[in-house]
Amino acid sequence: MGLAVAALWPAGARPQPLTAAEMAPRVLACTACHGKEGRATPEGYFPRIAGKPAGYLYNQLQNFRDGRRNYAPMAHLLRHMSDAYLWEMARYFAALDVPYPPAVPAKAPESTLRRGARLALQGDPALGLPACAQCHGPALAGGGDYVPGLLGLPRDYINGQIGAWKAGHRRAHAPDCMARVADALTPDDIGAVSAWLAAQSVPPPSARPLPNLPPPWPCGGLGSTAQGSRTP
Amino acid sequence: MSRTRVGRWFAVVLALGMVVSLAVGAVLWRALGQHVAEPGQASQSVLPAQDADAIQRGEYLARLGHCMGCHTTQGGAAFAGGHGIETPFGTISGPNLTPDAKTGIGRWSADDFWNAMHHGISRDGRLLYPAFPYPSYTHVTRQDADAIFGYLRSLPAVEQASRPHALRFPFNTQAAVAAWRALYFRPGAWVPGQDRPPEWNRGAYLVRGLGHCAACHAPRNAWGATIDAAALRGGMMPVQNWLAPSLAAPHEAGVADWPLEEIVALLRTGQSPRATVSGPMADVVFGSTQYLHAEDARAMAVYLQSLPQQDRPDAPKAAVPGAAVMERGAAVYAARCAQCHGASGQGQPAQFSALAGNRAVNLGNPTNLVRMVLQGGYAPATPGNPWPYGMPPFQQVLGDEDIAAVLTYVRNAWGNRAPPLGSLDVQRVRERRAPG
Repeated sequence: MGLAVAALWPAGARPQPLTAAEMAPRVLACTACHGKEGRATPEGYFPRIAGKPAGYLYNQLQNFRDGRRNYAPMAHLLRHMSDAYLWEMARYFAALDVPYPPAVPAKAPESTLRRGARLALQGDPALGLPACAQCHGPALAGGGDYVPGLLGLPRDYINGQIGAWKAGHRRAHAPDCMARVADALTPDDIGAVSAWLAAQSVPPPSARPLPNLPPPWPCGGLGSTAQGSRTP
Repeated sequence: MSRTRVGRWFAVVLALGMVVSLAVGAVLWRALGQHVAEPGQASQSVLPAQDADAIQRGEYLARLGHCMGCHTTQGGAAFAGGHGIETPFGTISGPNLTPDAKTGIGRWSADDFWNAMHHGISRDGRLLYPAFPYPSYTHVTRQDADAIFGYLRSLPAVEQASRPHALRFPFNTQAAVAAWRALYFRPGAWVPGQDRPPEWNRGAYLVRGLGHCAACHAPRNAWGATIDAAALRGGMMPVQNWLAPSLAAPHEAGVADWPLEEIVALLRTGQSPRATVSGPMADVVFGSTQYLHAEDARAMAVYLQSLPQQDRPDAPKAAVPGAAVMERGAAVYAARCAQCHGASGQGQPAQFSALAGNRAVNLGNPTNLVRMVLQGGYAPATPGNPWPYGMPPFQQVLGDEDIAAVLTYVRNAWGNRAPPLGSLDVQRVRERRAPG
C-alpha cells in the first residue's frame, strides 16, 4: 500500500489541504454512525471521533485500511483512500471542538469502580501494569498528538477495544504497547476499568496542545513510525 | 438418502469421470506439442540490462495487469503474496512474486515467467489455476512479460511463504486443472486486426490482455470458464456477489454513446459526469487504471466503444409497487438519502450521484444497488479526484424492510422504472447470495 500511495502524487503536484467547509460534505459517510460532527453519544457503540488527536485518528484510519484493526464496514469505506486524504480526515475531526454529553451513571458495584479507578490512575505494580494516566494524561484527556483521551466513550466500546487487543484483533504500529497492557489485564479488570472510565464526566478542554508523555514501554505509532509512511 | 443427496453424489461421480477422461486427453494434447511457439512471438527472452526506464515500464505494465490486487495483502509488503481469492471451488491464494529465492520467484528465469503468463504453467511444471488470469495474460507479448519480470526482479525480496490454496476435491488435483485447460484454454498471441487503426488495436490488446477485463465482465459457466470473453457481456461475480455489468449493453455499463473523454476520466479518476465507480471496479481504478497513460486510456475507450452492442431488452414488465411501500420508501428516502441525492434524485454534480435516470439504479438485478446501501463506499482517491465523496453504510442502521422500500421507491420515482424489491431480496444480498 505504501508503494501505491508514494506513487500517487508526483513531486510538486500535491494537492492543497481542504478547508473545514470543503471537508464537511466529504465526511457525511462518517457521521452517519459516529454522530453529527463525530460526537457519538455514550449509549451507542460507535465512538466519538471529534476532538481526538489528529495523529491518533490518522493511525486508526490507516489501521482499519491496512488490517491492523478489523471492522469490515470501516475497512470497506477506507480501502481506496490515500494516506494524504486520511490525514485530511483526521485533521478535520481533530479540530472539531464540540461539547461532550454528560457521562452515564455507573451501574457497577462500588468495589468494581474502586478497582477501575486504581487501574486508571495508579496502575497495578504487582501485575506490572502502568496507570492509564501515564500515557493518556493525568486527566485522561489524551497525551500529545497520538494518544487519545479515554473519557466520553461508551463502556461497551472500551470493553470491545481492550478485548480485541487481548485477542489480537486490534493492533497498533509495532511495538504495540497497548497489546502488552491488554495482555496483562484480566477480564474482570477490563470490566472494572471500562465501568469507571465510562462513568467519568469529561472535563472542559484544557489548553491545547496536550503534552507528549514518555511511555513506560517502547510504543509504535507515536509520531516517527506513523509519519514515516505518511505523504503530506 | 434424500433426493438432493443422490443428486449431489451423481454430480460428484460425473465430475470425477469427466476429470479423469479429460485429464487423459489433456495430457495427450500437451504431449503433442502445446509448447510450440506461436507465430509472431519472439522465442528468446529480450530481457535487457536492468536500466531504470525498463523497470519503470515493467512497473507500469504490472499496474495495468493489477498484479498487486491478488499478490499483496491488505497493508502487506508489495507483491509478497495476497489474501485468498474466493471461488466456487475453494480459495486460491496469490503467491509471493518478490525475488526471494526461497518463498518468491528468485530462482525464476524470464522463460519461467513467460511460461506462467503465456501457458499458465509454473516453474516446477504445475498447471496453474486460471484464477491467475492467464486466459487473458496469454495475449501479452513476450516483450511486455519480460518487462514485468524485470520489474518484479527489481523489488526488495520479501521472505514470506505463500499461503496454500484451499480447494475442494476434485478441484485440488492437477488432473482437474488439466481437464479444465483442455476444455477452455488455448495459449494464443494477440493478433492485431489489420483493418483496424493502431489505437483500436492497442486498446484491444490492453482490454483483452493485461487488463483482463473479461475476468469480471464476462459471464462464467458452471466450471468457472468465461463465456465469450471478448464480448464482455457482464455477469455475476461468483462468491463475491457483485454484478459486473455488461460493457456492451447501453442499459448496463456500455459506453458506446459516451464522449471519449468521459470514459478516459472514469478509468483514470474513478469519476465521470455519468458514473462513479464503486465495489470491485473501485479496486480496479485504485490499483490499476488510475495509472493509465492518457493515450492508453484513450485506446481502451476507443476499443470499448467498438464492442458489438447488445439489444436493449423490452421495457420491463415490472409489477407496479403498492402505494404503502412507495410511501414508506419515500419517508426513508427523505430521512436518509435526500440530503445528498436531492429531493428529486438529482444528486449533486461531481459529489453525489444522481439517482434519477441512473443505469445502476434501474438494473433488473438489484445486487449492486442493495450492496451500496448496505456497505456504502467512497470513490477511489486518485490524482484526478484526490478527495472523493462517499456514502455511509446503512447495514447497521436500516432493516431489510426499509431498504427494500427505499430502493423500490428510488427505482420507481422521477421517471425510473424497475422491479420492486422485497425484504427477501435484501436478505439475499446481505448473505452474499445471488438474486433468486
